[in-house]
Amino acid sequence: MSRIECDVAVIGAGPAGLAAAERAKQSGAGRVILLDRDRELGGILNQCIHNGFGLQLLAQELTGPEYAEHFINKTFDSGVETMLNTMVLDVTRDRQIIAINSDEGLMRIDAEAIILAMGARERNRGAVTIPGTRPAGVFTAGAAQRFINMEGYMPGRRVVILGSGDIGLIMARRMTWEGAKVEAVLEILPFPSGLTRNIVQCLDDQGIPLYLSHTVISVKGEERVEGVTVARVDENLKPVPGSEWDIECDTLLLSIGLIPENELSREAGVELDAVTGGPVVTDEMETSVPGIFACGNVVHIHDLVDNVTREAWAAGEGAARLVTGKQPRGATIRTRAGDGIRYVVPHVVHVQNLADRDVRLFMRATHPAENVRVEVVVGDNVLFSKFERVVRPAEMLALTIPAGRISEEAIASASLADAGRRGEEGSKNGPELVVRVTPRDVHKRGGVQA
Amino acid sequence: MAATKRITADVVVIGAGIVGTAIARELSKYELSVVLVEKEADVAFGTTKANTALVHAGYDADPGTLKAKLNVAGNALYPKITQELGVLYKNTGSLVVALDEDQMLHIHELKIRGEKNGVPRLEVIPAERLLELEPHVNPDAVGALWAPTGGITCPWELAIAYTENAVLNGARVLLSSPVIGIDVHEGRVTTVHCPNISIDARFVVNAAGVWADDIERMAGRDDFEVTPRRGEYYLFDKRASRIVARPLFPVPTPFSKGIVVAPTVDGNLLAGPNSVLTGRKDDYATTAPGLAEVLEGARKLIPDLPVREAITNFAGLRAVAEPGGDFIIGVSPGLSNFINAAGIQSPGLTAAPAIAEMVRDILSDAGLELMEKPDFDPIRKRPLRFTELTREEQARMVAEDPKWGHIICRCETVTEAEIVAALHSPVPCTTVDGVKFRTRAGAGRCQGGFCGPRVVAIIARELGIPVEKVTKKGGKSRIVMGPSKEPLLECSCSVEGMEKEVGDDV
Repeated sequence: MSRIECDVAVIGAGPAGLAAAERAKQSGAGRVILLDRDRELGGILNQCIHNGFGLQLLAQELTGPEYAEHFINKTFDSGVETMLNTMVLDVTRDRQIIAINSDEGLMRIDAEAIILAMGARERNRGAVTIPGTRPAGVFTAGAAQRFINMEGYMPGRRVVILGSGDIGLIMARRMTWEGAKVEAVLEILPFPSGLTRNIVQCLDDQGIPLYLSHTVISVKGEERVEGVTVARVDENLKPVPGSEWDIECDTLLLSIGLIPENELSREAGVELDAVTGGPVVTDEMETSVPGIFACGNVVHIHDLVDNVTREAWAAGEGAARLVTGKQPRGATIRTRAGDGIRYVVPHVVHVQNLADRDVRLFMRATHPAENVRVEVVVGDNVLFSKFERVVRPAEMLALTIPAGRISEEAIASASLADAGRRGEEGSKNGPELVVRVTPRDVHKRGGVQA
Repeated sequence: MAATKRITADVVVIGAGIVGTAIARELSKYELSVVLVEKEADVAFGTTKANTALVHAGYDADPGTLKAKLNVAGNALYPKITQELGVLYKNTGSLVVALDEDQMLHIHELKIRGEKNGVPRLEVIPAERLLELEPHVNPDAVGALWAPTGGITCPWELAIAYTENAVLNGARVLLSSPVIGIDVHEGRVTTVHCPNISIDARFVVNAAGVWADDIERMAGRDDFEVTPRRGEYYLFDKRASRIVARPLFPVPTPFSKGIVVAPTVDGNLLAGPNSVLTGRKDDYATTAPGLAEVLEGARKLIPDLPVREAITNFAGLRAVAEPGGDFIIGVSPGLSNFINAAGIQSPGLTAAPAIAEMVRDILSDAGLELMEKPDFDPIRKRPLRFTELTREEQARMVAEDPKWGHIICRCETVTEAEIVAALHSPVPCTTVDGVKFRTRAGAGRCQGGFCGPRVVAIIARELGIPVEKVTKKGGKSRIVMGPSKEPLLECSCSVEGMEKEVGDDV
């Protein structure tokens, strides 16, 4: 087994891994190695040949491969080493990687820092228990996308899509353009899971019906899919008896969510968040295992690649600070999801970072709402807030707290005031930065307006 | 049938499930020409691929039945058979869990029944010992029957191994070959017809599973009826497997051994089956009520069953034969060279090695001369699996063949080399499911989402067929419909769509 030593090893060369590797190198890390199991850099971007990438970050509307190319070029220019067709088999707590490829065989890579950027996998039929037969013709939307865009084959001609996630919506349009008939898109929730622009461009513009509060209750066909039975669901997401009908089709695509791919993280003993399915991370994007960082869909599922890149930059910088001995020291404060918020990433923020640099929090709303403020509070004291005209569970919220906006003193006094209000000594775990959604008018009196 | 090929055989075995393949392998020990015919595209594609994968101890069946006798006999053969054939088998022991004092009475009855059947070392254990063995078991449990000879295996792996070993020793396998007619002359079967081949046979063994009554009817007999009973299952992620160390049974009902929670030899967790009478022999569909019943039943044994770790669900059919409900093994009345091995429901997997020996003896009694082959090789080497190799062995394999360094299935860590080997193994493997059963590519938590397109490409390349001809499980189960650009050339409306896409990009 060959041995390799490096400062930073990045696992996964999708948008997260590319940006993290390049940024780590640019920020002073020595040898940086980027590993990917596929035959080319770019990860899932390569099969996302539709446009809409990079609007926020690059002020351009690019296709997935174009967005990838932008960062692949930067990665090469920066001097990052890449290893393709390479599968990581094992990651240990002491930052040892076992990987394999056809040319070099088994390798052991000892890294000062590891950045986990393995992305996500698609939830499949088994994860949601769709009863019925098990014929050919049931695909996750991403697998169908790979067949069409990478391999050049049509997975089917008459299609029903379960789930209104973005990949499913994109595939509804893609398959229509390739000559297939998309009979329906079904979403079990009362609101769509994908971005609004995709609902409009991929369904409305193609004349594809979207059935909210509907699901597939059975798959038919012995050899190849011959149809599905669908039904309306009640508020508990249970099928309503009598509401079912059959749709003839030869293909069922599933776009029912992504699961962060954390098999390696688990092996390394990284603590995972039950809500996101990804590692608990600091604002340096460091996991609970010192020296192991994470970014992108492996941490939490993103809807815009621009945010993945931003988060990956934070991970790259964090890893570089570790290997150059410049990690922030001193107190940290935990974040927590408050009213109307499902989760907050990162889970821990260095107080010193709040003073020194912009700190970005990512979060998702629990339900759609209009004209709200997204607030960062300690106790009931608003330290920072931002107006949002619309929040939707499908669209990730990003909140950038400018450097110096929240000081150590502000946290301490807010914490003290909160303890005083509640008549306690303060919370057991120390103060928490709680992010919550409130109607716009409730807090006219206090807080810093963004 | 003038255009079909015609061959002769000493014995035609109909059905390549666990029973038919075990019989074919047993007969391959002798100087005989043996032909195994199967209607599906691969072996083990019927009941054998969807059952609880248990090697039963044998306390369950009524004393004196074939089920009881062959279960205990088959159980005893498992260590040797699986070792010879390179198949996973774990002698875990098994437990029947009593949840109240009434059920404890049943447990004692089961022990007595088991002892009558000749099951060794049965023991009734108290709740404390049960909890020691299985810490996640329902805390209301009052005791259990401990059967140390119980175990787990992989049924399709065993059927594949039986077939490969039979082929190695001269047997012939015809897949995708449904029997469409059987000629009978003066009380003897003369010829078995498949669509492309007819086989003049001295003896015929009917091991056709749920279709065995139809096969017997083709030969002009109507001695029994197979009334399939569907059983539904949940399969759970490997992460969930630690929750039990051995199969846990509830106290059985008259119809079924009940819903079991069991580890699999591949490291998953299995829960099921329920038992639903179905009028159809191809009714492999799961149902919402059925799956709910499975969860409810499983939770009685393991209350904290990790439901969220479910990776798939499936259904299998029990080949229950009426009248009697026992195995039907013997010469068909009125057909002196036609032997039924029918109605093989549970514990058929366990009994299969013993059934094979019994059928051999019946054939011998019916006039088939059994001359041992001097060069019979009982060993079928277990195919190399990347995950079963040490790091040093893995490194050596990649050095020998770079395909060992190319991981195709990330969930189960299956290499391209393993898939290529499966596609060129002694029994033709031509389908995505066939690759899955031989290598576990696609059997993991993402269920082929990642490796599916890659496996299809490898099958097409290795078999020299177009990608659109690759099927999931034979017949019309094609994975893709054809090249994606095809409709664009034919249909003007799609070309307009294409222009729009290009316009959007600019």
